[in-house]
Amino acid sequence: MAKYSLSVNGKKFDVDVLPDTPLLWVLRDSIGLTGTKFGCGVAQCGACTVHLNGTAVRACTLPVSAVGTKEVTTIEGLSADGSNPVQQAWIEEDVAQCGYCQAGQIMTTVSLLRKNPNPSDEEIHAALGGHICRCGTYTRIKKAVKLAARKGGKI
Amino acid sequence: MSTQPITPVSKSVNRRFFLKSGALAGGGLLLGLHVYGKNLNGLELDDASVFEPNAYIRIDAVGKVTIMAPNPEVGQGVKTSLPMLVAEELDVAWDTVNIEQAPLDINKYKRQLAGGSGSTPTSWESFRKAGATARQMLIAAAAAKWSVAPGDCYTENGFVVHRSSGKRIAYGEVASVAATMQPPTDVVLKDPKDYKIIGKRIKNVDNLNIVTGKAKYGLDTRREGMLFAVVARPPAFGQKLVSFDDAGALKIPGVKKVVRVENKVAVLAETTWAAKKGRDALVLQWEAEGKLESTPDHQAEFSANILKTTEKPVRADGNVEDSFKLADHVLEAVFEAPFLPHAPLEPMNFFAHVTADKAELFGPNQAPERALNELSRVLELPKEKITLGLSDRMGGGFGRRLMADTPLEAALISKAAALPVLVVYTREDDMQAGHYRPAGMYRYRAAIGKDGNLDAWHLTVSSINQPNGSRENSFPAGAVPNFRIDSINLESKITIGPWRAPNHNFLAFTEESFLDEIAYDLKKDPIAFRMELLDRSSSNSYGKRIYDPERYRAVIKKVAEMSNWSEQGKNGRYKGFGAHFSFSTYAAQVAEISVSNGKIKVHKVWCAIDCGRVINPLGAEQQIEGGIIDGLGHALYGELTFDKGTAQQKNFNTYKLIRIQDAPDIETAFINTEQFPQGLGEPGLPPIGAAVSNAIFAATGRRMRKQPFAMQPLI
Ligand code: FES
Ligand code: FES
Repeated sequence: MAKYSLSVNGKKFDVDVLPDTPLLWVLRDSIGLTGTKFGCGVAQCGACTVHLNGTAVRACTLPVSAVGTKEVTTIEGLSADGSNPVQQAWIEEDVAQCGYCQAGQIMTTVSLLRKNPNPSDEEIHAALGGHICRCGTYTRIKKAVKLAARKGGKI
Repeated sequence: MSTQPITPVSKSVNRRFFLKSGALAGGGLLLGLHVYGKNLNGLELDDASVFEPNAYIRIDAVGKVTIMAPNPEVGQGVKTSLPMLVAEELDVAWDTVNIEQAPLDINKYKRQLAGGSGSTPTSWESFRKAGATARQMLIAAAAAKWSVAPGDCYTENGFVVHRSSGKRIAYGEVASVAATMQPPTDVVLKDPKDYKIIGKRIKNVDNLNIVTGKAKYGLDTRREGMLFAVVARPPAFGQKLVSFDDAGALKIPGVKKVVRVENKVAVLAETTWAAKKGRDALVLQWEAEGKLESTPDHQAEFSANILKTTEKPVRADGNVEDSFKLADHVLEAVFEAPFLPHAPLEPMNFFAHVTADKAELFGPNQAPERALNELSRVLELPKEKITLGLSDRMGGGFGRRLMADTPLEAALISKAAALPVLVVYTREDDMQAGHYRPAGMYRYRAAIGKDGNLDAWHLTVSSINQPNGSRENSFPAGAVPNFRIDSINLESKITIGPWRAPNHNFLAFTEESFLDEIAYDLKKDPIAFRMELLDRSSSNSYGKRIYDPERYRAVIKKVAEMSNWSEQGKNGRYKGFGAHFSFSTYAAQVAEISVSNGKIKVHKVWCAIDCGRVINPLGAEQQIEGGIIDGLGHALYGELTFDKGTAQQKNFNTYKLIRIQDAPDIETAFINTEQFPQGLGEPGLPPIGAAVSNAIFAATGRRMRKQPFAMQPLI
């Protein structure tokens, strides 16, 4: 076991875990932030996407020992009330079916729009092609990304 | 809380409804609704002998209206659409209503099932009646308070209004009085033209929780003293645990306990990661019981089986043998279905806390009543001693969570460990411990008579662990004078289960592809040929017919118009057609594709649907879009193969699912919306495989006879 001090959603958390523990399980099981989801564990589905210093990463394959002092943002830290334009667009387009993949899809979209406020279809596909929505909400995801971009996804 | 005697409100052949009212502890009205029926959708449900509510309307003293959503929500939208029925007749503004997943003591609640697209049709009447009953009681209470005639009062968005004086009172203020009243025995339901909520585009009630990460799924369950369990299960179907050594596992920090349960070993730890590492550190000895099965073995057996005929055909109209003898010519095609895992994005999981005399279970399950029966039997506990809670949301189901295996396994592990546990499947565990869509082979033969008509149709199907691998009343049954289906079971150790639109999900592809082949052989337009067959069905109806040819024709006609069907090959894009009737709903689809460098691109799908009245168009379109993308993804990519009992695709790197870049544009039209409403979780899926395969033929001249398509050479 090893001790780590993590900065998550602007707060400090001290954890004592196995050094190879993926950040995903530290968030979910040690810190209690369950909004970040587990889908595959091998960086194939995107359900576990969080931000590390603002960039989308797969928490299921990122060992906690590699996080260091970088700021971690989870879906819970995006906004307290769902007011982020991407979250708003997701509500507006009524994207979710089971909803399980959507936290990850939203985290990637926020990170995409930060770098590229007006992505083309190809750019949306490239960014979100690493995500799986088993319910097949893709057509609405595309609409929501575009809506968020129109509303000024840069935040 | 006092309750009044139960008053039957309505009786019908299949469903009975009972309402009872009571006062809320803090003042207010509580109205419970009980609906029961048995043998719904092929699942044996207990025939209820006690009348207990399964849906509630709660109006508290400050006027807050809560509608309990009783059915498991797996993404099909019933947590939104069913409360809409109550709110409509209760006459409250939708955005003031609070929706809660019903408390889940299934000794009290009945028909909490997500399967067979059955929630909507079984709730349509009863839920509206519950709303109307509450509304009438609120009117009676207000009228009594004002000493006026109830007939001189009406309701408006959560208020009772006195017509003559214009006085208004909020529901909350009369709820406590209403609670003391006898529920009326007959209520008048709204005329559909007055609907304010039904038929409106209403968003998912959990949207805010979902986008903020607050929605709780099974894997998010946390309880005092709970440990996470990751389980070593047989690595192949047909293997048995001989012995195991847990010394290595117990050395992993965080691992607390190792227990053996039947053929499995569970490692319990403080975190999922420690439990997984512990499980991976177990040294396990497995032994094969008999031959371990591989996909080529199944294929060889299917190939032999489909040449046989059986003593007892599943369906036999006319005389196919004679008709084949007299035929001008005979067409034949063999289709192959692979196994498919359900792969819900939230891997299988369940929480259990079992003690000597009671058990608490909590998690995602589509058929909790069935699970409860199993738990009671296996744990040898009376049902009253078991509580089975459903997680607020479930990360998909597709039929996998109809099975009781996961709650049962969690219960046995908790019992053996004497601890509360959350059993977590890794994705790899989920792929190997499946109850798959069965693999199968379908041999079709068609006899074309001297007059150029389709005279005989003969399907011989062989599939895994299914005595009947067909749906014998499926079109073109009823439209062909000589019609026969033989089904030959192939027994296997590999477990199967219902997978979204069971049997229909592959059968529609085979039927509609073969019909397309016949149409081309007869030099007829594929849609015109279907219409001709449906005409024959209306005028003759050969044997049993479960579809209405007129409604069938209407969706086909509609989709042909929407898609501009007659325009083929423009800009290198080709169209294909498929239709199917399942779960009392008619669905017709046209897919437009192009093929370049051997790669299939599906650009657009048009879909015409007749599911009767559409309760929530926004949710309904979403179910159709989801069904099409799901069906398309599996038709293009889905395949699970076995080598010596072991699934060869273990995670999403080798088991390919559809992703955003492959999702087509989808246009959906609902027609015939005056009819009785049906559920939409399934019927949007079946036609798409055929629509795409027929488009591939139009584009390349190649017939797709097996799925997945994307793995087959197209150049
Ligand atoms: S759980 Fe991390 S990518 Fe799937
Ligand atoms: S909404 Fe269910 S997996 Fe995406």
